[in-house]
Amino acid sequence: MADEPEVVEEPEESVVEPDRLLPADPTLLALIESFEDAEYLVSAGQDIVILPKESVRTFAEAAKSAGFEMAADVTATDYLGKKRVRFEVVISLLSVQHNVRLRVRVPVDAEDPTLDSITPVYPGANFFEREVYDMFGITFDGHPDMTRILMPDDWQGHPLRKDFSTGSVPVQFKEANQI
Amino acid sequence: MTNRRSEEVWISGTEEPDWLVAGTDEGEQKLKEHEEGGRLTEQTGTRIVDDVLYEGDEDPQERMIINMGPQHPSTHGVLRLQIELEGEIVRRVKPIIGYLHTGMEKTAETLTFMQGPTNVTRMDYLAPMHNELCFSLAVEQLLGVEIPPRAQAIRILLTELNRVSSHLVALATNGMDVGALSMMLYGFRERELILAFFEKTTGLRMNHNFIRPGGVAADLPPGWEVDVQNILDELPPKMAEYDDLLKANPIWLGRTRDVGIITAAECLAYSITGPTLRATGLAHDLRKSAPYSGIEQYDFDVVTGTRGDSYDRYRVKVHEMEQSLKIVKQVLESMPTGDYKTDDRKVTPPPRARIDESMEALIHHFKIYTEGFKVPEGEAYVAIESPRGELGCYIVSDGGSKPLRMHTRAPSFANLQALPILLSDSLMADAVASLASLDPVLGDVDR
Repeated sequence: MADEPEVVEEPEESVVEPDRLLPADPTLLALIESFEDAEYLVSAGQDIVILPKESVRTFAEAAKSAGFEMAADVTATDYLGKKRVRFEVVISLLSVQHNVRLRVRVPVDAEDPTLDSITPVYPGANFFEREVYDMFGITFDGHPDMTRILMPDDWQGHPLRKDFSTGSVPVQFKEANQI
Repeated sequence: MTNRRSEEVWISGTEEPDWLVAGTDEGEQKLKEHEEGGRLTEQTGTRIVDDVLYEGDEDPQERMIINMGPQHPSTHGVLRLQIELEGEIVRRVKPIIGYLHTGMEKTAETLTFMQGPTNVTRMDYLAPMHNELCFSLAVEQLLGVEIPPRAQAIRILLTELNRVSSHLVALATNGMDVGALSMMLYGFRERELILAFFEKTTGLRMNHNFIRPGGVAADLPPGWEVDVQNILDELPPKMAEYDDLLKANPIWLGRTRDVGIITAAECLAYSITGPTLRATGLAHDLRKSAPYSGIEQYDFDVVTGTRGDSYDRYRVKVHEMEQSLKIVKQVLESMPTGDYKTDDRKVTPPPRARIDESMEALIHHFKIYTEGFKVPEGEAYVAIESPRGELGCYIVSDGGSKPLRMHTRAPSFANLQALPILLSDSLMADAVASLASLDPVLGDVDR
């Protein structure tokens, strides 16, 4: 008796699914199918998933159990003036056993530049997330050490943001105050 | 407030200000604890029983933090390690980086795709060819251009020679750090052979800017076969010499065997690739699993170790040099003829002779060199196997001639995350040996 509502729900899903592009690779298919809010696409022959930032942690956990052992790379892009949502955090997952790569793109709003850290799932993302924080000012909740990594600790601003000017720097000691 | 000097010699009016006392007070020292119990502080390193001199009652007063670097000769550049010591034993370590950060990813946004290689080649200064290749492959992925077979073969020839020269430096510095100074001299000596060939081919010993989107900058110089054959003849006997020097050397074995052990699972979890990963026994090599630039046509083996210690990492590098020379030999025997860059006119400027006779060719040439060629909108991540592991290049193009974003996934940067695992609970003297076997290049770490 309890099974009946599930049987009713399944056809509804199968109506939705043809609209959705799904990967051919079985590892990717098993992973992406279970995430309704994940949008799958192929760009330059590479598998990409666009994911809302709420489900990053659960997706990372699912990916890890699906055989993606390594977070090969975490980075971000600043689409200032190009896209409605300013930032995009890009996570490259690698499955060594299945030899599959997957890129997860997570749009992050400029008003609230935070998302869940995947470092608890993939410890190797630690340095990469610190770099993203350092360069873009995007903070990762649950990261064990959310500090600057490349820039000095007292640096103002986040250099890889598009509105961070590389313009001229006043020359030090040019007009040193005579004491 | 404690005075650091005894009362007798204390001169009134010279009390140190509070901030100075706070800064110099030699009390209990410990690396900062992290808020949630410290996932970082767990440091799932392999405990090496021999190295634990005494256990149990840890006296916090016995703990001391020392800074190794950034100006330490065996930190391979400007790496700073904050090491928490208990006696002679490293308890925790935190790598502090950024001293060589020059904002190359920001610079890349102001350079055209054609100028890009001259920027990325400066990142990993021991493997510049790999950086150029990775950037070029990412751009070509977006452009969708075909690269002629000769250009691909030249790329493989140069990158594999570069792998040998990079591993030679790795062996040399590893030897130097552990005290095998002859190895240092030999490694740098043999590297000159390869650098001389690079200089003849590209004009420079490093920072070549030779591999560019669309192919390579020029054809190989006349007589290159003789030079490559010379390298192939000279290196193997020299490498046999290194084996005589190190392979069964009891001091070398004592300094590297079972030192800095890391497991395959730890490597995968901490995104560690390259010889460090392969030394654990996992045969993950992007040249096999995701072949690039036609490397799949050449016959070579993936070298793996068994124990994942410093000695295995050394052996993996030695055998990888042999395999790279094997590839170079095959490239030498099967070098295809033809163009050394693509004939796609959107990417390649017209040949010099055409400029004299065609106005359009001149305009085209001018526009390609001033504006740069346009790359279709999109994004691509391309990874290749650099001497230190997975070197990735992520490029986002907005359809213009400059990348909207260029990110390099630097292998040394990720590999540094292995340091807490390698060094924890090992002797301070072994820290240097472990670090050297990891072979970080700080230009690659900081970019």
